[in-house]
Amino acid sequence: MNKLTGAILATLLTTTVALADPVDDNLVLNEETQIVTRTAAPAHLSDVLDEVMSGWLFRGTETRAMQADDFDNPGMIFVEQAMETWDAVDGTEGKSCSSCHNDIDSMAGVKPTYPKWDAKAGTVQTLQMQVNECRTERMGAEAWDYDKGAAINMEAALSSVSRGMPVNVAIDGPAQSTWEQGKEMYYTRTGQLELSCANCHEDNYGMMIRADHLSQGQINGFPAYRLKNTKLNGAHDRFKGCIRDTRAETYSPGSAEFIALELYVASRGNGLSVEGPSIRN
Amino acid sequence: MASGVKPRVKVPKTAAAGEAVTIKTLISHNMESGQRKDKEGNVIPRSIINRFTCDFNGENVIDITLEPAISTNPYFEFQALVPEAGEFKFTWYDDDGSVYEDSKKIALG
Repeated sequence: MNKLTGAILATLLTTTVALADPVDDNLVLNEETQIVTRTAAPAHLSDVLDEVMSGWLFRGTETRAMQADDFDNPGMIFVEQAMETWDAVDGTEGKSCSSCHNDIDSMAGVKPTYPKWDAKAGTVQTLQMQVNECRTERMGAEAWDYDKGAAINMEAALSSVSRGMPVNVAIDGPAQSTWEQGKEMYYTRTGQLELSCANCHEDNYGMMIRADHLSQGQINGFPAYRLKNTKLNGAHDRFKGCIRDTRAETYSPGSAEFIALELYVASRGNGLSVEGPSIRN
Repeated sequence: MASGVKPRVKVPKTAAAGEAVTIKTLISHNMESGQRKDKEGNVIPRSIINRFTCDFNGENVIDITLEPAISTNPYFEFQALVPEAGEFKFTWYDDDGSVYEDSKKIALG
């Protein structure tokens, strides 16, 4: 009898471990673009992590397969919408994005470096802020709301042409103080549950948090198409969800705090491939 | 009138004679069920794709009736035998009378 219980227990234990670990799998988009989903941690993380892993490795088989083919990836529907916006004239200057930038493919390599220091604005800017700068200053058009419809779709389109390139945000120079601010936020416990980002995503990734599989909280796959709300989600929106879950008052998407946090979290994924639009739960 | 409707299909460029190929189709469409109400409590009229067909060289491969419970952006994946080179024709029929078409050629190889 004891033996039997032991055997069952052993099976349960191995099953739990097998479920909790990130999978050993390889992501190739459309049978041509190799995606780096795990790589050596960037230097600034070497004390705490050996390896950084994309959230893709923590998702289920079907979800992972969905991302491997652009036809199956519902995020690409929104990318196509943004591609049309790219060529559409808007604002008082009679310009579209393509008037200055030509084909959107010419923007390959832009997404991996954002957020980045903008000398003219004297601040760290996210890609969406940069797009809005173009819209308000050069097109005479209205700024898009942060992480909403048109803005997030455009970020996804810009991300899609950079897929496969390694994330490479600068953390030194003028961006350093913002990066430090983001780092402090990452390690500060907040909310009634007194959780920091690191408590889940650094100390306990790979474990189950209720029914969900904790990832490292990397944002290389953002904007992400989430199966739960069938639309593209921005990194700031996701931060907001996480902070809300610690039962704290959250910051707003587009706020200075989230920009700092985005820079810091992006830097934790330096070396991973840009994946957006990815598919997540 | 549904807006932003755009059909997409994915068919291999070549196949061996007699081979079964996998075809994927998706049409972006709201698929308004007719069961929902707006803020004022008025029923939002039904507006869905109600039929989807695929033909190969004039011969019907698949003919599907879609019902209101089918969710937004209906996706179909199915297999078809390719006896000879030719063309797949895809047709979607909208409640509002619009017909959306797409076609893809396939060669033997």
